[in-house]
Amino acid sequence: MRLPAVIAPLAVVAAVLGVTGYAVQAPVSNRPLPSSEPSQLTETVQRLNALLVENWSAHGLAPAEPADDLTILRRLTLAIVGTVPSLEEIRRFEKDTRPDRLAHWTAGLLEDVRFHDYFAERLARAYVGVEGGQFIVFRRDRFTDWLSEQLRKHRPYDGIVRDLIATDGVWTDKPAVNFISAAYSNDAFDENKLAGRTVRAFLGQRIDCAQCHDHPFAHWKQAEFEGLAACFGKTRMSIVGVDDGRKEPFEVEDRKTLVKRQVEPAVPFGAEWMPSTGDPRERLAAWVTNPDNRRLDRAIANRVWGLIFGKPFLTERPVDDLPDPDEADADGQNQILDVLADDFRAHNRDLRRLVQVIAASQAFRADSRAASSGSGSSGSCRWETFPLVRLRPEQVVGSMLQASTIRTIDRNSHLLTRALRFSRERDFVEDFGDPGENELGERVGTVPQALLRMNGNLQNDLVQPNPFNATTRIANDAEDPAGCVEVAYLVCLTRRPTPEEAEHFAKEIAGRPKKEREQAVADLMWTLFNSTEFSWNH
Amino acid sequence: MAVPFPLALSRRQLLQHAAALGLTFSLPAMEARAANRRGAERPMSLITLWMQGGPSQLETWDPHPGTAIGGPTQAIATTIPGLEIASLLPRMAEVMHHTSVIRSLVSKEGDHERGSYHVLTGYRPDPTVVHPSVGAVLAHELPGKGVEIPPHVSLAGGAGFTLPRGGYLGDEYDAFRIYEPGRGLVNMRSRVGDDRTTRRRDGLDVVERAFRTGREQQIKETLHQHMVERAVAMMSSEQLAAFDFDKEPAAVVAGYGASRFGRGCLVARRLVQTGVRSVQVVLDGFDTHTDNFEGCKTQAALLDPAFSSLLKDLVVHDLLASTIVLCIGEFGRTPRINPLDGRDHWPSGFSCVIAGGGLKAGGVVGATDPTGAKREPERPVTVGDLYSTIYTAMSVDPAKEINTPIGRPIKICEGQVIRELMG
Repeated sequence: MRLPAVIAPLAVVAAVLGVTGYAVQAPVSNRPLPSSEPSQLTETVQRLNALLVENWSAHGLAPAEPADDLTILRRLTLAIVGTVPSLEEIRRFEKDTRPDRLAHWTAGLLEDVRFHDYFAERLARAYVGVEGGQFIVFRRDRFTDWLSEQLRKHRPYDGIVRDLIATDGVWTDKPAVNFISAAYSNDAFDENKLAGRTVRAFLGQRIDCAQCHDHPFAHWKQAEFEGLAACFGKTRMSIVGVDDGRKEPFEVEDRKTLVKRQVEPAVPFGAEWMPSTGDPRERLAAWVTNPDNRRLDRAIANRVWGLIFGKPFLTERPVDDLPDPDEADADGQNQILDVLADDFRAHNRDLRRLVQVIAASQAFRADSRAASSGSGSSGSCRWETFPLVRLRPEQVVGSMLQASTIRTIDRNSHLLTRALRFSRERDFVEDFGDPGENELGERVGTVPQALLRMNGNLQNDLVQPNPFNATTRIANDAEDPAGCVEVAYLVCLTRRPTPEEAEHFAKEIAGRPKKEREQAVADLMWTLFNSTEFSWNH
Repeated sequence: MAVPFPLALSRRQLLQHAAALGLTFSLPAMEARAANRRGAERPMSLITLWMQGGPSQLETWDPHPGTAIGGPTQAIATTIPGLEIASLLPRMAEVMHHTSVIRSLVSKEGDHERGSYHVLTGYRPDPTVVHPSVGAVLAHELPGKGVEIPPHVSLAGGAGFTLPRGGYLGDEYDAFRIYEPGRGLVNMRSRVGDDRTTRRRDGLDVVERAFRTGREQQIKETLHQHMVERAVAMMSSEQLAAFDFDKEPAAVVAGYGASRFGRGCLVARRLVQTGVRSVQVVLDGFDTHTDNFEGCKTQAALLDPAFSSLLKDLVVHDLLASTIVLCIGEFGRTPRINPLDGRDHWPSGFSCVIAGGGLKAGGVVGATDPTGAKREPERPVTVGDLYSTIYTAMSVDPAKEINTPIGRPIKICEGQVIRELMG
């Protein structure tokens, strides 16, 4: 039986109605408050805060006032899921009257699938950089998917690290292997690169200088580097993937005499943590993750602090070059880092707990305006004031996309929205300039970035009025010009306007004829997107 | 030029006479715009023609016709006595006397990403530091006064690992990227009319003022507003005209060839005239693992008119003495022809062409084995040697050490100046 010919146009009409219906839905839905219980961390946080306060007074620094909750919510959302809170998240947060709502929100965000993906990418950069590598043997996309999965499963950090170092197999089937296969180029494994990368990424030590000579200012010797490189000396590419099956012994060529000598796997400290049997990479993995290897915990604490704030706890050094754990701590910094590291170790090396401890600290809750005028930010950062740190390109574009959508873009979002967001984000990051592996270093903006923000396609699409974005909704849903301004500020900057700002922009909007209201709101959105405040963490 | 007054001189002639008589002080003060200076007193610039994919030296600057490795490629004589290049580049053959050829470049990097990094920066990839590209170093060491457009530009293709980066000098030294040269600049114009643009910027002042309260020192250090101001200055600068070539005579434009690369070379000349310090123009498509000879023919058809026109144009505008032109790729291609009629990667003995900047022209440095048996060429030249030469010619000391953020001082370049090229 043939369907009547009128079905096709009816189907089209139905589709159009469906899409429009979706678009005009009320932006704020009634989702339940986050229900994850925050971990019990009072004791650790108190100890941490006590040491921080002691450190500040020892240096004559007055701690800043606590920041208001909305500011902290913005910091949390940017840090954990890489975007600003949506309007509906803000409304729900403000309705939440629990005294420890920030702790609940932190815990809730850490269960969000956006966290898994976002953090997986951040960690991947430390492990495999941003190089493309050789596609035949390295699949970065599988690698980040796998990391995301481990985070979702609440896998303890040391288990992840052991997998990265010691897994055998094919990199598509066992994605952890990509950590090793990323160092495969010119038909060979680069043992030196693997040794250097392992120690930098997991233990927070730069011993790469010692590849060629004894380190000029630290105590690393060339022989120690060679011993580490020898741990990868049996790694080979076979038909069944990566394994430790090379028959030839690992040899090093002396740079001066050109004489070759055999080197056995060895470690520069903590030799008792390395088992004497097993494949070299398994032995190395056990050594790196030994419960007594404090460098592992200190390194990840420093790095996660960096991912939360935008710069690592030890601000004067690269994130993967920490001082010795037992070094004389004239500055008091080692002690503070150790509080985080010890708590991490004592609680099964749980990354989520580490994030929660940091987010509950007085340093994270401090305002970015200094306590007394005159104690500006020149000089080293000691966290008594929240530092201004430039957001990463993904955070900037993520925030722009979220701000212009009103509904939260998360796993519950329409597939089309998420796909669009993903591709726009990628294009924008490419145009903006990916900071690469060194994303926790000091960065300043560039002229092309300013041009992209001011005149680019994405901002134009997001800001100019169309039925699907915030500009139109705000212009039509808000009761009066003041309401428009307030909503625009909330979605873009996660705050309400100051009286001066409110007056200026309300006057702007009211001064234009009703049919130009949308344009006026678009101009306001443009202004907010291009402000310093939007692109910086504060 | 036809001038009614018999004793009237062109401005250039006047300057030359005045300089000869030591009378420049008596001339009315002239704007020191880069475009008005000529000859060797001008601040120098570098144009890199980036042959992406690894150009085959045997099908360009180092043919070996009639040998087992030469394939069907023929050679033709050039204006350098004794030098033959591939017959695919006839127009270049006529202008080779402006250039010198290095046939013995050696590197240890045979991978595209690593090789590009090596040839763009002069250093091999290092896990602890990102080296700045040569273009970025030049922009950093030789800042130009009065230049409102970016000092480091990449035209017609740079992306990913082909884009010259600022490395440890900072992102602001990354090359400013223009994919379609001459087709109008992206992101350079406000999307709304002047009224709304002014309203937007006025609003921005209000927001900035509110944020600045209590954060004066930190805000200054962000340089955010500074970048916005520089961007706005660039948007309204007259020097933007350098990126277009509507005012160029049609014959000149046609000479470069109707390709993105050709247009890029023309824009490169115009940028150098305006005082841009380093320009990269990208030509992709040299990675001929299969069907090498057809592939090289296609590439030569794009390279030949553009490169030769660029050299001729620089001579006409008296810019060659102050501009170095370097034509290079990340490596060369194997002497052995593979079963797919292609050539594979070959970093041990590849070629580049270098012209201008006061360097000696007409020279040939090094030689590769015509039988393809020997791997090492005669008189090997490292990439570091090449750039040491370029830096020295541009009055930048390659041995100068820069303190990198990891605390390790790194020399601008490691290598020996190529004596055969120094004038």
